[in-house]
Amino acid sequence: MKYELPNIALATPEITLLCLACLILVVDLFVKQENRVVTYTLSLLSLAVLFVLTLTSFTQKTGFAFNNTFVRDAMGDVLKLGVYLAIFMVFIYSKDYLRQRDIFKGEFYVLGLFGVLGMMVLISAHNFLTLYMGLELLSLSLYAMVAMQRDSVNASESAMKYFILGAIASGMLLYGMSMIYGVTGSLDLAQISTKAAAAAAASNKMIFVFGMVFLIVGVAFKLGAVPFHMWVPDVYHGAPTSVTVYIASAPKIAAFAMLMRLLVDGLISLQGQWQSILIILAISSMAVGNIIAIAQMNLKRMLAYSAISHIGFLMLGVLTGKESGFAASMFYALAYALMSLGGFGMIILLSRRGFEADNLNDYKGLNERSPWFALMMLILMFSMAGVPPFLGFWAKLSVLKEVVSSGGLIWLAILSVVFSIIGAFYYLRIIKLMYFDQPENTQPVEADLDMRLAISTNSLAVLGLGLFPGALMALCLAAITA
Amino acid sequence: MPEKIHSLYIWIVLAPLFGAIIAGLFGKKIGRSGAHWVTILGVAVSCIMSLIVFKYMVLDGGKPFNGTVYTWLVSDGIRFEVGFMVDKLTAMMMAVVTFVSLMVHIYTIGYMHEDPGYQRFFSYISLFTFSMLMLVMSNNFMQLFFGWEAVGVVSYLLIGFWYNRDTAIYANLKAFLVNRVGDFGFLLGIGAVLMYFGSLDYATVFAKTGEVSGKTMEIIPGNQWSVMTVICILLFIGAMGKSAQVPLHVWLPDSMEGPTPISALIHAATMVTAGIFMVARMSPLFELSETALSFVLVIGSITALFMGLLGLVQNDIKRVVAYSTLSQLGYMTVALGVSAYAAGIFHLMTHAFFKALLFLGAGSVIIAMHHEQDMRKMGGLRKYMPITWITSLIGSLALIGTPGFAGFFSKDSIIMAVGESVIPGSGFAYFAVLLGVFITALYSFRMYFLVFHGKERMDEHTRSHLHETPWVVTVPLIMLAVPSVIIGFIFVGDMALGNFFAGAITVLPEHDVLAKVAAKTHGAVGMLLHVPASAPFWLAAAGVGTAWFFYMKRPDIPAMIQQKLSFVHKVLDNKYYADRFNEIVFAGGSRLLGRFLWQRGDVKLIDGLVINGTAKSVALFSGFVRHVQSGYLYHYAFAMIIGLLLLLGLFVLPLKN
Repeated sequence: MKYELPNIALATPEITLLCLACLILVVDLFVKQENRVVTYTLSLLSLAVLFVLTLTSFTQKTGFAFNNTFVRDAMGDVLKLGVYLAIFMVFIYSKDYLRQRDIFKGEFYVLGLFGVLGMMVLISAHNFLTLYMGLELLSLSLYAMVAMQRDSVNASESAMKYFILGAIASGMLLYGMSMIYGVTGSLDLAQISTKAAAAAAASNKMIFVFGMVFLIVGVAFKLGAVPFHMWVPDVYHGAPTSVTVYIASAPKIAAFAMLMRLLVDGLISLQGQWQSILIILAISSMAVGNIIAIAQMNLKRMLAYSAISHIGFLMLGVLTGKESGFAASMFYALAYALMSLGGFGMIILLSRRGFEADNLNDYKGLNERSPWFALMMLILMFSMAGVPPFLGFWAKLSVLKEVVSSGGLIWLAILSVVFSIIGAFYYLRIIKLMYFDQPENTQPVEADLDMRLAISTNSLAVLGLGLFPGALMALCLAAITA
Repeated sequence: MPEKIHSLYIWIVLAPLFGAIIAGLFGKKIGRSGAHWVTILGVAVSCIMSLIVFKYMVLDGGKPFNGTVYTWLVSDGIRFEVGFMVDKLTAMMMAVVTFVSLMVHIYTIGYMHEDPGYQRFFSYISLFTFSMLMLVMSNNFMQLFFGWEAVGVVSYLLIGFWYNRDTAIYANLKAFLVNRVGDFGFLLGIGAVLMYFGSLDYATVFAKTGEVSGKTMEIIPGNQWSVMTVICILLFIGAMGKSAQVPLHVWLPDSMEGPTPISALIHAATMVTAGIFMVARMSPLFELSETALSFVLVIGSITALFMGLLGLVQNDIKRVVAYSTLSQLGYMTVALGVSAYAAGIFHLMTHAFFKALLFLGAGSVIIAMHHEQDMRKMGGLRKYMPITWITSLIGSLALIGTPGFAGFFSKDSIIMAVGESVIPGSGFAYFAVLLGVFITALYSFRMYFLVFHGKERMDEHTRSHLHETPWVVTVPLIMLAVPSVIIGFIFVGDMALGNFFAGAITVLPEHDVLAKVAAKTHGAVGMLLHVPASAPFWLAAAGVGTAWFFYMKRPDIPAMIQQKLSFVHKVLDNKYYADRFNEIVFAGGSRLLGRFLWQRGDVKLIDGLVINGTAKSVALFSGFVRHVQSGYLYHYAFAMIIGLLLLLGLFVLPLKN
């Protein structure tokens, strides 16, 4: 057996992050609690370094490393850039929140950075093992983060639920992988793809489909698609909002990558089968997400159900099996991460020590308390509801366009539109509460400058990208077709 | 530097928008003077750049510009864009709009200085300037419609500016509803353009007129209508709403509930002329339908004559000017109807200056009279307010078409053009515009004599406080008086009678009445020499004489006439019962229909069956799912297993190895 030196250069961002995260872990030990902001600043700096590293080495060329277990391609790079940005915002949003609740500790940032590393590995996986490793690194970080607020019953309970259900899902994923390994004798996605094509041509694909169903269950759990969504509302609700905003943003981007790696890179020849599965998941996610969200009086739970419905929309693009459809879904994933960040960011903004601001009634009359932030929230809600010209409209439009043009699926597009109309109700209700109801408390909204700037940038980005959606769309398409 | 000038356009549009946003959102922070400085600065920048563009287009003979700035979306091959088309027509409109707007901005400092809504007002008028510029500079129907609606919205906001007055709320609602009728036609027209031309871009549409002109459509089975006629009439219905032509004129007199600067800017000089501008811009379409042109002509002449008559019986100083505006808009429409687009646009320009002047003059009087608008309580103001007096006199002289003043050239060009026209309806139109001259002179000088001459009929308290208004009010008056005098003489030869608008306006040779007029008159000097032999001059003189006799010499005569002809007076006083008719037939009818739809359709069918049915099924479904979301871990795990089994059963079992 010949040993080749792996092309380490391709994985520079991952390796850098690993080093930086370990460094921060050590530095944090020597930082006093009142200087914890050092850890925070270092974490932000690390993300900035990663951003620069990935951006400067960005290439349209696909490269492999570590015996083809690791792939570096344009899609992965764009998604990673999205992840860095999202987590950067998450860190800014959570600073005051954590401080007010006495959980402003180094763990949050170190775990957060390891989560980023997990996502990066997941995004760049070209082998079942790498994929699994990335997934577990991400998931374990998340479990710990949810449980960080130890004296909160809700947080511990939801961490426990998340952990156990996550373990079951991981088990199913592993089982699916082992089945496919059984028939192909390989864990490499490219080789699996070749074998699967041969099997599909010989219509000898029962084991493949069997394994694939388990794989999809694993991904669906991570995405939070119905019926593997049960953890989503409980965890979103129970976790500290600073962790919820983490779970609700970047991991969706990573989960999209996981879906793409497994189904497109690995099993594209079974598209006929997985299309039907995704259709079922998409419809049930849109239905359950939108309808149940109406009944929620807690904003975090409402946004959790909204996340489920958005995942349904996200899958619409992938299930078309076309490159333009994948690009539309990628656009949707990035757009959704941005909107979701803003939504949970607003909850953090309005919360104070001992007050979570996650009840719908807390948004009554926000316009009188702070017209600017009411406007920002209005942008986010309109965008999530899919009202032009905000970003969410283009995201919905692009996936629907792909569904319509793929022929025979027009009914699916119509159904999706119906569900998104149902969904508009609960977004618009928030706007109604903000603008037409009397406030229950008249305390002005207070926050640090970085928080106010970040949330305003976030919302204005939703508006700006909605006015000029062309560049991001073209980027997604170029990344997929590269 | 011809290329560099094109980069100005976007700033011309955006400068007032920035002003509006800053004054509107941060009005409290920047204070009153901050608000007027920032908006005036924005409009001044826009005005100066517009004048540069005007100089470039008109004096330096620059090439027209047509380009896209921003593509909003492309759907099914139809592009929705923001773009600018700047030619001589646009350049002239831009200069007029920004100049009058600037004057009104300055004037507002004096007129509104005690008003609590000061910053809001400045924000609105700047927003209006932005919208109006978007409208005139557009190169496509979508942006035209955007500007059209945006100026409508601002007009709505400003008519109801004093929102705690019931009459103002009523007036802005009325303006809104009546404009809706017009806009509905307009939107249908744009829809028809899109359907038959497959594009919203002016240049593309105009290039395809040849293909579409022969086509017919069948809306009522068995009736073939020319597509071009239908499109033009629908578009013109939009113009009727915005430019207040009979029978959609009813909102304009009521719009006088808004502050006077607005009446000057929006409801006299610029927005109401948007319809005229639009028809001129669409001349390549209108030229192809003689039926539509006849329709335009007849509507215009009815408006010109009958709205002028109403001005005779008004006692509110602003309403007299408002009816005069209606009548003058009628003149412009008549010009469009006889294909004398250039004359119509020329009258639009001169009218913008002298009518803004008259309104601002009326506003100046109103300030001095402590917001008293009834002319019966004025009189003899000449000696108290010399600047307002002389500028108002200039405005009135320009309006009635005194030889040498701006209105003379524009109005006489229209009258002569109508005289040359042979299209159906031109006979009636000629009669209407000629008689209109007499009436215009009569009501204008009735107002002038009642306000500035004769007995001082105000109470002692008001009289003791009478004095000339501050410089921010009088300077705009003077600035507007200058073009009211000279602009006609300067431009008539080129604009109305020459081929100034060649390329921007299309006139078929057989319709080209202005060419015939030009052949007879030989320019501005020729028109002045022709005066002693022209009917309009003598009619105007007769009007002024009559006014003098009735209101200065024998004030008892009008009262006597009013008694003798009480029926006619009653009809005029009730504005031909148009409002009453609308209230009973349209408002009452819609309420009846609404009640039917509400009780039968909404309550029973939609609420009862559809809404509550949906809500009930949603509640049922969510009740079920919430039951499953029990919070117990094993339920959750169970749901996952069920899901897995379901998928396996559906997709693996049917496969046979």
